[in-house]
Amino acid sequence: MIWRIEIYNKPGISDPDGEGVRKSILDLGIQTITKVELVQVYHLEGEINQADAEKISRELLVDSVTQQYSCRIIEGPLKISETENFHVIEIAHNPGVMDPVEHSAIKGIKDLGISGIRSVRAARQYRLNGALSSLERGIVVDKVLSNKLIQHVVDYNALEKTLSLPAHELSFKLAHVDLLDCSDKELLKLSRDGQLFLNLKEMQTIQKYFKKLGRNPTDCELETIAQTWSEHCYHKTFRGDIRYQYTDKGKKKTKLIHSLLKSTIVKATKKLNKPWCVSVFHDNAGVIKFDEKDNVCFKVETHNHPSALEPFGGANTGIGGVIRDILGTGLGAKPICNTDVFCFAPPDMAFEDLPEGALHPKRVMKGVVSGVRDYGNKMGIPTVNGAILFDKKFVGNPLVYCGTVGIMPKDKVYKKTYKGDYVVVVGGKTGRDGIHGATFSSGELTTESETVSSGAVQIGDPIQEKKVLDALLKARDLDLYTAITDCGAGGLSSAVGEMGKELGARIDLDKVPLKYAGLNYDEIWISESQERMVLSVESKDLKELLSVFTNENVEATVIGEFTGSGRLELFYHVSKVCDLDMAFLHDGTPKIVKEARWAEPKLKDTKIPCPSDLNQKLLEVFSHYNVCSKEWVIRQYDHEVQGASVIKPLVGITCDGPSDASVIAPKLDSKKGIAISNGINVQYGKIDPYWMAMSCVDEAIRQIISVGGTLDKIAILDNFCWGNPDKPDRLGGLVRCALGCYDAAVKYGVPFISGKDSLYNEYAQGNQSIAIPGAILISAMGIVPDVTKMVTMDFKCPGNLIYAVGKTDDEWGGSIYLDTYGLLGSAVPKPDPKQAVKIFEALSKATHSGVIRSMHDCSEGGLAVALAEMAFSGNVGAEISLKNVRFTGKQKRNDMVLFAESNSRFVVEVEPKNQKRFEKLLSGLPWGLIGQVSQEKELSVIGLNGESCLQVSTMDLKQAWQKPLKF
Amino acid sequence: MSKMTSQQANVLILRSAGTNCDRETAFAFQSCGASVELVHINKLLSGEVSLRNYHILAIPGGFTYGDDIASGRILANELRLHLGGAFKQFMADGKLAIGICNGFQILVKAGFLPGFSFTQNTPKDVVQDATLTYNDSGKFEDRWVHLKAEGSCVWTEGLKNLVYFPVAHAEGKFIPKDDETLRKLKENKQIIFRYCSSDGREPVYPECPNGSTDYIAGITDTTGRILGLMPHPERHFLFTQHPFWTRLEKNSDLGDGAKIFQNGVEYVKKHLLRG
Repeated sequence: MIWRIEIYNKPGISDPDGEGVRKSILDLGIQTITKVELVQVYHLEGEINQADAEKISRELLVDSVTQQYSCRIIEGPLKISETENFHVIEIAHNPGVMDPVEHSAIKGIKDLGISGIRSVRAARQYRLNGALSSLERGIVVDKVLSNKLIQHVVDYNALEKTLSLPAHELSFKLAHVDLLDCSDKELLKLSRDGQLFLNLKEMQTIQKYFKKLGRNPTDCELETIAQTWSEHCYHKTFRGDIRYQYTDKGKKKTKLIHSLLKSTIVKATKKLNKPWCVSVFHDNAGVIKFDEKDNVCFKVETHNHPSALEPFGGANTGIGGVIRDILGTGLGAKPICNTDVFCFAPPDMAFEDLPEGALHPKRVMKGVVSGVRDYGNKMGIPTVNGAILFDKKFVGNPLVYCGTVGIMPKDKVYKKTYKGDYVVVVGGKTGRDGIHGATFSSGELTTESETVSSGAVQIGDPIQEKKVLDALLKARDLDLYTAITDCGAGGLSSAVGEMGKELGARIDLDKVPLKYAGLNYDEIWISESQERMVLSVESKDLKELLSVFTNENVEATVIGEFTGSGRLELFYHVSKVCDLDMAFLHDGTPKIVKEARWAEPKLKDTKIPCPSDLNQKLLEVFSHYNVCSKEWVIRQYDHEVQGASVIKPLVGITCDGPSDASVIAPKLDSKKGIAISNGINVQYGKIDPYWMAMSCVDEAIRQIISVGGTLDKIAILDNFCWGNPDKPDRLGGLVRCALGCYDAAVKYGVPFISGKDSLYNEYAQGNQSIAIPGAILISAMGIVPDVTKMVTMDFKCPGNLIYAVGKTDDEWGGSIYLDTYGLLGSAVPKPDPKQAVKIFEALSKATHSGVIRSMHDCSEGGLAVALAEMAFSGNVGAEISLKNVRFTGKQKRNDMVLFAESNSRFVVEVEPKNQKRFEKLLSGLPWGLIGQVSQEKELSVIGLNGESCLQVSTMDLKQAWQKPLKF
Repeated sequence: MSKMTSQQANVLILRSAGTNCDRETAFAFQSCGASVELVHINKLLSGEVSLRNYHILAIPGGFTYGDDIASGRILANELRLHLGGAFKQFMADGKLAIGICNGFQILVKAGFLPGFSFTQNTPKDVVQDATLTYNDSGKFEDRWVHLKAEGSCVWTEGLKNLVYFPVAHAEGKFIPKDDETLRKLKENKQIIFRYCSSDGREPVYPECPNGSTDYIAGITDTTGRILGLMPHPERHFLFTQHPFWTRLEKNSDLGDGAKIFQNGVEYVKKHLLRG
């Protein structure tokens, strides 16, 4: 029997969700819908009577103060009275898609003392008031109300059918893949059809391995190899060989690079050899020293492909995944903050400019932000810092970077699996979700991706992960396990494969707890169901470990053991379904030489006259998507949970100024803190990825310096997002970028401690392929000894002196200013690390001696933007004279000085009484005393010729800055 | 966590799936000299731990059970149906309770606050006197708000008239069941915090972040010993948690919220601890 309960608001109760849907429909250009009413629907399946159904409604599902309900048994088709001006659309999750509400509802019903409910399915009914053609109705369903990858429109004529899960019992049959007799052409077909994403050489290597064994592989074996060898898991591009062709001083040169990772990123860290780097590059996250008792670790991941198809779920599971990375670092760290960086196409992009199959960027953005909000907030991890960039080329491939910082006792950094240890899986159950995620993200997206790869999309359950976190840290502190790995891409296949690399493992796949019946053995093995971790547990600790998890209502199950055989052996009941040599699995990949070519793009420097009205130009720069306020996003994240925030992402007298780095003091009884920042700028990379890397490192560092951090304890992460590395021009740019990373790390003295790459970010449409602009994200973490010495970017007091520190050059290539003309330019900012280091050190000294009242770095939008932001964040103004800015360029003009984006520059506010002390600290460095803070809420600038060139109300600037992303 | 002693105020901080402000709430109480234990609801349900041994029950912020169905709903039912009697006795013994954010939602949805129905009925027959529902803005928001302290409650005695705390919620709009309930709240001085502008006047959005009836941000029960509020006093326990402390003269290491936790601990010392 199925009960249907419909819940709707009482009259007079506002319905913000319905209003939000109405606005989204309006965004589509459909203006006829005047009102949207939302009805929450629950279907309860089970043998209960009317009184029980009423009780469940009244006491569990309905808020008696604001809502009313109806409750009935479903018999036959549901009659809905629709008219031309009244439309009813009900959306539910597809069978098998996780919906945490359903689990909670079942628990809640048990609490009421009612038994007999087998399942709960939730749905949302939208009642649309207004005319809608059937075409428009379809658009509304697709673009606003649902995502067909995970949801469907409920068919009222066949309600019973859509509600019950197709519980097809599966009879076991071991499947072999006919590989031995395949021709090369057939090998490639096999790779493609099976979504293995392996190339010919790799397929041949596998064929050879099995020829030697004299048998064909099972499907499970082939899948396991494909997972392990995927770009996503194995990082073939960064670990393999590259033939790099480039031009040096007009001469063509070729260089063979063995492992791009080892010859750039890792090499820099080795060279710097910082004693506070505890564990770098070989665990989930890089670990550095925090204080005498604890270490901190940091990891940033990407979840681009899934977010392109299902933005909420993609971002949701992206952040869930990076949090598990931290839980699986060493013996487990406690997550203490998140940082998120996104790249989207502009939210005002016209629908007709969208490539076929791509979601509109505004929908992508809203979905991604919601996904991060949902997971981060529910996990109780503050999201303290981030960035959002816009560029048309991100249309089919948004970038979603999720980062997490964790803290762990210093004796929990190392792990080791022992022979005979149990393999224990903890957390969520395994379902059919996320199958082929790892291999899927190792290929390009196409217009068909949304149908072919839909299994790769899933929704997270943050509360499940929170429970795992709580139980795990308890078990860790009781020393109940010897090693831990998260289940990420590749699921159990990757986790067990990784942990059993040396010893070998034996797994009973039938022991893995399942969400529903009917999963095949290979699906169990490669499923990427979220919120699972794998532990290795000594037999003496097993009982206590299981009880720790049970006490927190987390499932923990023994599924096998680490054997010492050096083989990966999988069983389903008594049948062996996989038997692979671990050495082949992990080291058997064929060496591939990839071709890379770097040629400087032919760009002309731009010739534009200096406009007479710089006021207008400044307003334009301020309302540029890449400069404007991201408050709409930041406010939706809990950035203060855990109570550790010291410098928040929004600062200033009205809590809406843009902070540089964020600072947290993770131990509430200690003044020691961590500053977190990010540097990213894809515009520079369009001119030269080498200098993009340099600038991003400079930016990440100077944000930390701006809040009072010091250069000597900064660690950085690299995160490359690039196009298809099998295309030489794309790979050439990537190599050049990695070379820039190496030079920057060495010259600034900041070690890389971890990193990640996401390649194949291209969107194929017919014969065309849209590649994203190559992007490097540099995330930085700085340890600060005393958070009470920190400073913020808002001007504090009229009459104080304003300094511009650092030199400004003719560097406006890739600037926001040129972009307002639709131009790129060619003079990309080229930092001077030697001088930058001196500037950073001098300013750190100044903050620690207390002479700095406020400080802000100059980045996108240059000096003008920094000054104005400081002014409106302090609710004051500034009087500035450009002639005192240290300018070293040739094109001496007001717009250049105001808007060039030279690196290593800061605006600093100092009280007059500290003038001498401050200037003494800066001796030998480029600086200028350029003006003072004024009472008048106006940015007033005297140009190079001594005449006023800019005079604009800071409130007008603030408005221009806040408006674009105020959704 | 420190062991319970007869000299200290014993605080039970309730945990469940999705609780996430437990550590900072524990820090606040500990800093005021209390002995604190974080206790999972399972332990109360199994009887392994008894409410009787504590002086203060604190339900911290978070998303218990994911706020699935509605915020705090599932834990509220668990408390009302399985621990309602124990809680009634706890309050009859003169003890204290505080619910912050999700904790407030739980107290209201369990009927413990404002407690009109709860005091007159057996737990299973209790109906909600009020609710906390979706913000008018339709979204989760983290922002600092000014609050006017009023009414009569053990937890807020001697608190400044105007305090500054952050809110971080999607379901914080307080709505009483009917006009009669609102009238009683006022008459009994059970309204403890109202959102206001920075100078204490009537607020507009976002000063009142959620559209609450009469700008209500926090209430007490008829005894004045249970406090429930949406804003987070434990997130303004320290001076450096203030969103623009870099602009302020520092007079103390503590922030506006500290007084609330001090009051709770002091009350226990004065009224519940002997010798």
